[in-house]
Amino acid sequence: MKVTLKVWRQKNRNTPGSFKTYESPELNENMSFLEMLDVVNEALANRGEEPIAFDHDCREGICGTCSLVIDGKPHGPHKGIATCQTYMRSFKDGDEIVVEPFRAKAFPLIKDLVCDRKAFDRIQHAGGFITVRTGAAPDANSIPVPKENADLAMDAAQCIGCGACVAACKNASAMLFVSAKISHLGLMPQGQPERYKRAKAMVDQMDAEGFGACTVTGSCEAVCPKEISLDFIARMNRDYGVALLKGDPKAIKGGGAG
Amino acid sequence: MNIVDRIWNSSLGKKYLMALTGGALFVFLIGHLVGNLQVFGPPDLINGYAHFLKSKPGLLWGARLGLLACVALHIASAVTLAQLNAAARPQPYATKGAYGASKASQYMLPTGVVIAAFVVYHLAHFTVLLPGVNGVGDFTKLKTVLHGEEIPDVYAMMVLGLQVPWVCVFYLIAQALLFTHLGHGLAAMFQSLGFRDHVWWPRIQCFAKAASIALLIGYSIIPVAICLRVVGSDYVERKKYDLKAANSQPAPALVAVQGKEAK
Repeated sequence: MKVTLKVWRQKNRNTPGSFKTYESPELNENMSFLEMLDVVNEALANRGEEPIAFDHDCREGICGTCSLVIDGKPHGPHKGIATCQTYMRSFKDGDEIVVEPFRAKAFPLIKDLVCDRKAFDRIQHAGGFITVRTGAAPDANSIPVPKENADLAMDAAQCIGCGACVAACKNASAMLFVSAKISHLGLMPQGQPERYKRAKAMVDQMDAEGFGACTVTGSCEAVCPKEISLDFIARMNRDYGVALLKGDPKAIKGGGAG
Repeated sequence: MNIVDRIWNSSLGKKYLMALTGGALFVFLIGHLVGNLQVFGPPDLINGYAHFLKSKPGLLWGARLGLLACVALHIASAVTLAQLNAAARPQPYATKGAYGASKASQYMLPTGVVIAAFVVYHLAHFTVLLPGVNGVGDFTKLKTVLHGEEIPDVYAMMVLGLQVPWVCVFYLIAQALLFTHLGHGLAAMFQSLGFRDHVWWPRIQCFAKAASIALLIGYSIIPVAICLRVVGSDYVERKKYDLKAANSQPAPALVAVQGKEAK
């Protein structure tokens, strides 16, 4: 099969970009979308042209590195998978496929289809962790966790931080990502001591990065390769509301416990 | 940082404001509908009700100012959030996006703008009684007598006002948009305030659908019934005659008599 690619090409952040159209070489329909791009790039390189830059790493749907908005939907036409799990058999011979980078102010473009998603890392650094003692692994089940909570926490923890939620949202909102990170820790007993502080810190960082707000359109949930639920956004709203009402903790004067 | 500051300066805080003020306005819509549906009773029913409201200025103005504050906050947060959202994606996609999003959820701002315009018109129409906007005449002249007291004739005003076809159509358009606005907004309100989980979400969506349909039907049958002359047309025919009689100075009967005498 062969397809026509309409790809966003942009040399760097400061150079304006535009769409370029490429005819693919003969493809195997069982190639993944990224393998198709590899083949197209090989042909480009052979012709002495600059290959199309795109993000990829594990190519098995667990690292969250691949991105791409394919024909208007992040991660391609199917539900619950990443771009690397999208295969060319999902397209027809002779199709024109439009490929764009994730677009958001908080995800500045680096080159072609590659954008900078470090804003997610900064949100994680703001509170996406639990403060625990390191040392020997604790006994299994030494802290009881209700099965429902464990399941929900695992659902949230599936988030691979790819940023498709931001890319799909009409407001470029990062709430699905942030809520998944807040929830997977907040649902666990180990996450309780910092639960509200975490919610506040991560949401404040999200706002500072320039992401939009939630209009509950559900686009994020619909494109999420891990099918993370909007329920977690409600949970984040709950936790952040409590954090707002609580206010900042009392400033401690002098030394700690001693 | 005080709590007002915290709420206003965070995206989630503004969503709480949107939800709370939207919820308050929804409660008002129910009360307003119950009041308006009295137009299907005898004229004295709604006239008495309107007179009762006017006779409690503290209550009336308290409610009006409260509603005004809710509307102002709802609009202010909507506008600032829309600016934030527009700024969050400086470069749009070339392809059609919004995958998996309902139309209602994507057009909350446009539907809200039309509803706000309708509210301004509705206030000018039936509260301020601006004669220029109703296509009929001066509503302040409509009076009736209840329990020996002369009071404004709200029943005649509603019937005369909504018998005008273009007014009726505008009211119906506004109701249709309110229906889509509420169908999404009522459910999103619970989401924004954090009242949602996998058990409650289907129930919340069902409630939002049922409530928005109920309000659509309730608010639409009034202009439709009036415009189709099902409600109050004979009452206002009499009223129109009285009004003409009151307006022409001196009264037509008197002119006739005087005319005869002059000859």
